[in-house]
Amino acid sequence: MKDIIQQVAVLLPLFPLAGFIIIGLLNKRLSRTLAGLIACGALLASFIVAFIIFENVSPQGTEVHVMDWINAGNFTASFSFLLDPLSSIFLLIITGVGFLIHVYSVGYMHDDDNQNIFFAYLNLFIFFMLMLVMGNSYLLMFVGWEGVGLCSYLLIGFWFKNKSYNDAAKKAFIMNRIGDLGFLIGMILIFKTFGSTDYKTVFSQANGFFSGQGVITSITLLLFIGAMGKSAQIPLYTWLPDAMAGPTPVSALIHAATMVTAGIYMVARSGVLYALAPISMTVVAITGAITLVFAATIALTQNDIKKVLAYSTVSQLGYMFLGLGVGAFSASVFHVMTHAFFKALLFLAAGSVIHGLHGEQDIRKMGGLKSKLPITYIVFFIGTLAIAGIPPFAGFFSKDDILAHAYASSPVYYVIGLLGAIMTSFYMFRLLFLTFFGEFRGGDKIHPHESPKVMTVPLMVLALLSTIGGFLGVPEVLGGSNRIDKFLEPVFKPAQEKMLGGEGSAPEMALMVVAVIAAVVAIWYAYKKYIQDKEVPAPEGQRIPALQKVLYNKYYVDEIYSAVITKPLDKISGFLESIVETRFIDSIVNKTGTLVNWVGGLLRYLQSGNVDFYIFVMVVGVVLMIFFKMM
Amino acid sequence: MEKTAILILIPFIAALTQLFVPRKYGKRFAVGASLLTFIVALVTFCGFPSSGDYQYVTNVTWIQSLGINFHVGMDGISMLLVLLTTFLVPLIVLSVVQSETRTPVFYSLILFMEFALIGVFTSLDGFLFYVFWELALIPIYFICLLWGGERRASVTLKFFIYTLAGSLFMLVGLVFLYLHTPGSHTFDIDALYKAGRALDLRSQVYLFIFFFLAFGIKMPVFPLHTWQPDTYTEAPTQGTMLLSGIMLKMGIYGVIRWILPVLPLGIAQCGSYVMWLAIIGVIYASIIAITRSDIKRLIAYSSIAHVGIIAAGIFFVSSENGLNINGVQGAMLQMLAHGVNVVGLFFIVDIIQRRTNTRKIASLGGLRLKAPFFATAFIILTLGAVALPLTDGFVGEFLLINSIYMFNPIMAVLGGLTIILGAVYMLRMYQRVVLGEPSVETENFFDLTLNEKAVLIPLLIMVILIGVCPNIFLKVSEPAVRKLLTGF
Repeated sequence: MKDIIQQVAVLLPLFPLAGFIIIGLLNKRLSRTLAGLIACGALLASFIVAFIIFENVSPQGTEVHVMDWINAGNFTASFSFLLDPLSSIFLLIITGVGFLIHVYSVGYMHDDDNQNIFFAYLNLFIFFMLMLVMGNSYLLMFVGWEGVGLCSYLLIGFWFKNKSYNDAAKKAFIMNRIGDLGFLIGMILIFKTFGSTDYKTVFSQANGFFSGQGVITSITLLLFIGAMGKSAQIPLYTWLPDAMAGPTPVSALIHAATMVTAGIYMVARSGVLYALAPISMTVVAITGAITLVFAATIALTQNDIKKVLAYSTVSQLGYMFLGLGVGAFSASVFHVMTHAFFKALLFLAAGSVIHGLHGEQDIRKMGGLKSKLPITYIVFFIGTLAIAGIPPFAGFFSKDDILAHAYASSPVYYVIGLLGAIMTSFYMFRLLFLTFFGEFRGGDKIHPHESPKVMTVPLMVLALLSTIGGFLGVPEVLGGSNRIDKFLEPVFKPAQEKMLGGEGSAPEMALMVVAVIAAVVAIWYAYKKYIQDKEVPAPEGQRIPALQKVLYNKYYVDEIYSAVITKPLDKISGFLESIVETRFIDSIVNKTGTLVNWVGGLLRYLQSGNVDFYIFVMVVGVVLMIFFKMM
Repeated sequence: MEKTAILILIPFIAALTQLFVPRKYGKRFAVGASLLTFIVALVTFCGFPSSGDYQYVTNVTWIQSLGINFHVGMDGISMLLVLLTTFLVPLIVLSVVQSETRTPVFYSLILFMEFALIGVFTSLDGFLFYVFWELALIPIYFICLLWGGERRASVTLKFFIYTLAGSLFMLVGLVFLYLHTPGSHTFDIDALYKAGRALDLRSQVYLFIFFFLAFGIKMPVFPLHTWQPDTYTEAPTQGTMLLSGIMLKMGIYGVIRWILPVLPLGIAQCGSYVMWLAIIGVIYASIIAITRSDIKRLIAYSSIAHVGIIAAGIFFVSSENGLNINGVQGAMLQMLAHGVNVVGLFFIVDIIQRRTNTRKIASLGGLRLKAPFFATAFIILTLGAVALPLTDGFVGEFLLINSIYMFNPIMAVLGGLTIILGAVYMLRMYQRVVLGEPSVETENFFDLTLNEKAVLIPLLIMVILIGVCPNIFLKVSEPAVRKLLTGF
């Protein structure tokens, strides 16, 4: 069994890498169709390999050594992979959802001049994403981590002629870099503490540490800074909504389904360390809880179809961190999976709407698309039901799994989670109703049309997954066996054992009923507001209530960051250059030069050519020498 | 003849011959000669034994009465720097755009510079080292003075005096060591090492300051850096490439070769101060780089930041984590990476300037649209400069920050800010220069010519090669670094 994994594992990242190199080098010399075929083919091949690995994965995991990388002094690192249940699930999500999004892109990017480069970047992204989850060490995770950040940068700014898109791309990269510094330092501390960054070494040695030990707390908090950047948690989340500047398949793949869940993967992977650091666990849970409500409130008032989904993603990632923070590792990973299905679905469906409306993203100019884009409507509806947590769609099971664990940890977490769920149902149905119901508000010039098959078929597959994906984790109270939990158990068992105090119990059945009722009430409210009362959000510039305005302007966080960080940094830069550098340091240097000149000028008098003076100095010298000799 | 001596001789003879080559063939000859040197270096590198000892040694008496020998040879540390030098020089020569002003003397000076640089990196005699060190200053002085920008005269003079002053301190230091060698005195490197280590703390501290002034100015380390942005900006492109790509490595090499093994007490006493200066310089230069309006100046400041990390990583011998082999190895790799990146970036600037007659960031833009290949080369070099994993900048910087952390975590965090600030200034610049819509100046920008590709492609290959296979280089210098730090 292990042999198969040893043989095929290296192919997994190699396919998309080859795709990137071939398409990247040949670029326009390849026909558009061929480039699309190569890119999709690479992903399909990877998906097949991922499936083989998933089928054959051993509970303890298999290590595959590819080649040495760094040997310097006592630091060594190699390109090696760890394939265990945790990574194999992520591999399936990445390659599976990734493949569907690639296929969809063939249609979506059909008219773009740089379609080939787009596919090259997508393939490169998949390569780095695979490195991130397959690597057997923190260093390799970091390689993938930064690599996906690069691809995110390239793809957000894909339409490079537009300044605001470029700004968004740059912002994403820099904000992620802030998190990456935390990750980097955390990784160095891991090396200092354990003598290696390999998971195997680190986790086996972690047994020698006691719960709450300072160094483990530091490591986990530092790593979490990285996770906050990549997974867009407060305070490093503002890049993600801006990242919607990229083409919609990018939003679906990178900024919803895969890359942004890297932070969850990292914390889950480091479960053993986090279990030893109760403080860090609390920080993770609280950050997640605050983010999930905070982002949901912003989503309530946004009018850009992609922005709503973006804030919804931030909020859903908050759920996942809440889950991790209360020790529900497998529930969080479960939610990563279902979220990948329904959020990719929602984004791609939104992309289909945008495509059908020739680039329109403002929901105030939509409406009534139900009949014009029937397939898109149905799949979007399914995605909405899934994210709202309506049984039996996928989101219901994973979200309730997290909420149940949150309740067991502290009812406060549960209440926050429930609050978030209510808002989620509301803003998602608001989005659905405003987009697909009522009258079309886009004017006469635009004639909405349904997207081609190459786009709708991936949508249907994702809709199917969003419908049935939850059955992998049906809880025992509902007569299921929570297969995903069992599958991941060997990975998370050591962490679960280390966590202090047994988990409290939760009245799971009751919690579920409450959550569903709450969601339904929120949906009813949205229905009343946007269908019965036919309300449409106010156009730009019109006065709106203060609270709504604050939400609409996203609590002015971007403005605050700009005033507190960006602008002062520019000012300091100018100050250092014009004052410190020029007037101070360089001026001292020049003064030294002048001083030397001046001394030189004085010394020149010594070489006056006046023999009397020379003799005088000589005599004085001799006298002095005799004098000192006698001393 | 041993390979080291051959490597020194080829560019020397070529530099002389160059003067008699017809102007028409000037560039071709220089490219050929420097390529030949590179091939010899590459062959030597490939067959380099895994040992910390000096290889391919030539030791001929020069001035017997003073104990001065023409003593050259290479350990792994020298080998890597010789490889870097010989790799970059042909590309630098190739990057010259032939014109009336590029007389044979210009090429001759570049080749002479190569000769002196190889001499610096392979000298095993203190006096010889000093001689080569000063010899290297002469060609670059003339290159900058005769072919530089408008303010070249004053800027070059300042640069010349500043670095010369620094090296005089070094000369005093070397003579001091020489006088402490036993018997009739010698400048032999091993004897100087021994003499240095036997010194008391006070003398070591003085010597440390003397040597540091020489090397710190050359790198340059904050606050000895103010000659650098002006000189880099005013020098002709090839001069800037030589200065930043190779010459500043003389300073780092000097620290590794002439401070680390010689003055253990001095480093223990003063090293951390230098490290703090270097870290301050990293942040200081990075922040200044953010708002520079001239691309060349921006890259000049970024170079100070990169060198700062290297300096901070090598000014201690051991920490609680053991000997600082990681740090010095990181410095070795980062020297290669920085050489490749900075030469590439300055060439990019040169291309922009030649095509648009401006280096002002605000006047540029839209190059991605006009010249996709150029934009790709630029982004790859940029990624190397911001230390993205799998590019050349990452491994060295990681090893350096890692070892700084072992010495002092706070320094590492502050120095680590470079990964954020570096992204800020590089991406801001890239966006404004390359992305967006074309401006009036860039309206007629055309993509890379064959000659330009010939310069950039080898550099791009190195960016990836160093990032993915750093061991090729690390394994050559490791035994030498280990030997240097453990003593003998």
